[in-house]
Amino acid sequence: MEMATVRHRPEALELLEAQSKFTKKELQILYRGFKNECPSGVVNEETFKEIYSQFFPQGDSTTYAHFLFNAFDTDHNGSVSFEDFVMGLSILLRGTVQEKLNWAFNLYDINKDGYITKEEMLDIMKAIYDMMGKCTYPVLKEDAPRQHVETFFQKMDKNKDGVVTIDEFIESCQKDENIMRSMQLFENVI
Amino acid sequence: MAAGVAAWLPFARAAAIGWMPVANCPMPLAPTEKNKRQDELIILNVSGRRFQTWRTTLERYPDTLLGSTEKEFFFNEDTKEYFFDRDPEVFRCILNFYRTGKLHYPRYECISAYDEELAFYGILPEIIGDCCYEEYKDRKRENAERLMDDNDSENNQEGSMPSLSFRQTMWRAFENPHTSTLALVFYYVTGFFIAVSVITNVVETVPCGTVPGNKELPCGERYAVAFFCLDTACVMIFTVEYLLRLFAAPSRYRFIRSVMSIIDVVAIMPYYIGLVMTNNEDVSGAFVTLRVFRVFRIFKFSRHSQGLRILGYTLKSCASELGFLLFSLTMAIIIFATVMFYAEKGSSASKFTSIPASFWYTIVTMTTLGYGDMVPKTIAGKIFGSICSLSGVLVIALPVPVIVSNFSRIYHQNQRADKRRAQKKARLARIRVAKTGSSNAYLHSKRNGLLNEALELTGSTEEEQHMTKGTSLIESQHHHLLHCLEKTTVSTNTIPPPRPGLCAWHGLPMDKVPTECSEVALGQAHPVPGVCQRGWF
Repeated sequence: MEMATVRHRPEALELLEAQSKFTKKELQILYRGFKNECPSGVVNEETFKEIYSQFFPQGDSTTYAHFLFNAFDTDHNGSVSFEDFVMGLSILLRGTVQEKLNWAFNLYDINKDGYITKEEMLDIMKAIYDMMGKCTYPVLKEDAPRQHVETFFQKMDKNKDGVVTIDEFIESCQKDENIMRSMQLFENVI
Repeated sequence: MAAGVAAWLPFARAAAIGWMPVANCPMPLAPTEKNKRQDELIILNVSGRRFQTWRTTLERYPDTLLGSTEKEFFFNEDTKEYFFDRDPEVFRCILNFYRTGKLHYPRYECISAYDEELAFYGILPEIIGDCCYEEYKDRKRENAERLMDDNDSENNQEGSMPSLSFRQTMWRAFENPHTSTLALVFYYVTGFFIAVSVITNVVETVPCGTVPGNKELPCGERYAVAFFCLDTACVMIFTVEYLLRLFAAPSRYRFIRSVMSIIDVVAIMPYYIGLVMTNNEDVSGAFVTLRVFRVFRIFKFSRHSQGLRILGYTLKSCASELGFLLFSLTMAIIIFATVMFYAEKGSSASKFTSIPASFWYTIVTMTTLGYGDMVPKTIAGKIFGSICSLSGVLVIALPVPVIVSNFSRIYHQNQRADKRRAQKKARLARIRVAKTGSSNAYLHSKRNGLLNEALELTGSTEEEQHMTKGTSLIESQHHHLLHCLEKTTVSTNTIPPPRPGLCAWHGLPMDKVPTECSEVALGQAHPVPGVCQRGWF
């Protein structure tokens, strides 16, 4: 296993600054945190799941972390380097609403074929509900994810063909006040 | 949440955008950082040695001195640095704790000095990492024992102990002979009498002098009366001692079952049985056998000798190794005895009359004793005999060092394993207690947060400031993240309108509302009984 000795140095600071929408100082802060947790410079899926599960101690966040990992690992090489990390965060925190919605669509579209099917959405929904864990009141019903998926498709699937395309998705989201507002929620995270 | 992982909180919050399109309800507002400062380097001057670190590194642990506003008391306006008049060596370890999340204990450091520094900086010693925790606990225990010894000797010099009952003082005197002079006297007297008794038993059998008739008499029969008196005296002392111990024991049943008391009983029984029995021909044989048990009096010395007790304990714990030695020896003995028997079968007037008879030869040869009472005469017998003696050396010499090293390894290991287990349980319990402090803080802020929601929070900064007063920024951001997750998945059913007398949150009568749901980090935990979270009652 070469994982132990894999080392990765990120691109130069100026290059990253040009490619992303972060300032130098923000990149410095990001890198310090990144390097602290992953001294070798890359995050593999196991470490990613571990880190993510520390934020959700009451439930099982491994499935959702898996989907998240795939969304960040844009070149699909099994590891997230600092560049991938910064690019992802740049979209999420500093991107336009269009870009953010694009990113979310990419997250939901598990097989990256441009369509969100009900099965894919169900997987995602189950993963999110798993993170909540079992100790909730009222106790979440078994088919709560399924119902939620139905609601989602009712809202998003305009032509009722059973799949949601990127255009339908962006259009429906732009019409929804709540979603628009919550997209701006994490502007000042860094 | 670990220190390093706190650095990933921004990432987790950014990733929460993935839930937004799916959520049915509006998300709660994020906590704002009032006067958000750029991360700055702060200088910590510890007795002249300057350490520098980021402010956020120190703020990872807000319940310590360096992480809270308590350090402002040490701020020097002229030099714009924080000055601590403490040990810079230990401070290095403490600062590393903030940086890496792991507290190490350096071996060269004195345990009490280290403890003092930890107490000063407000750090729990339980947080010491696994790599150094054992060493720390060992040193601490030694130190505590030393302190206790000092205290004990002080107390002894003072003289008066807290009032123990007569029975308890007697038991203490029996167990620790050093507590009082009377106990010491008793200890030496019993030791003396044990020695006398053992020597008597030995000397009894020595032939001393002849009687007319050219018969050698053992001393026991010649001076029968003297020996009988000595024996009686010893047995009386032992009986009195046993009865006294039985009276003083805190748990009589347990005392009777203990090994030492069984040895005591076995030591004095032969005498009483001998008194009771008459000089019958039939039973005199049995009576003689009983006298053998008098030799067990020598085991009474184990109360006087720590070494004997340790030996007994280690033999007990090495039982499997000894068993293996015995088993392999038995195998070898049987094999060689059989071989020798059949080899010597042909020779005339051979002493190897049967296989069991050959056992004796094999044992004597394998242990390289070689009495010479049985020797092989045939060539085959001699060949196998020499193989037997050579292999005997191997078979015996190999397991013995293993057993010896097992003694010390098992002995120390047993002690250490029990110690570590007890320590781990206590440690985890203590850390859990300290951690519930932070989850309670979350519940507290959640309660405040819900009250705000009921009042239609519009982003007024006063309530927010009130909410974040008790918690650190990182905690409030984490809570906000969990709250968003809640909102994403909460069922679309509205909570039923409150009915009088019932808690709206649970639908239970107010006195039946449960108090704790410790597994839940979210605000779904149950509130304090009598106070409904929704604030409607």
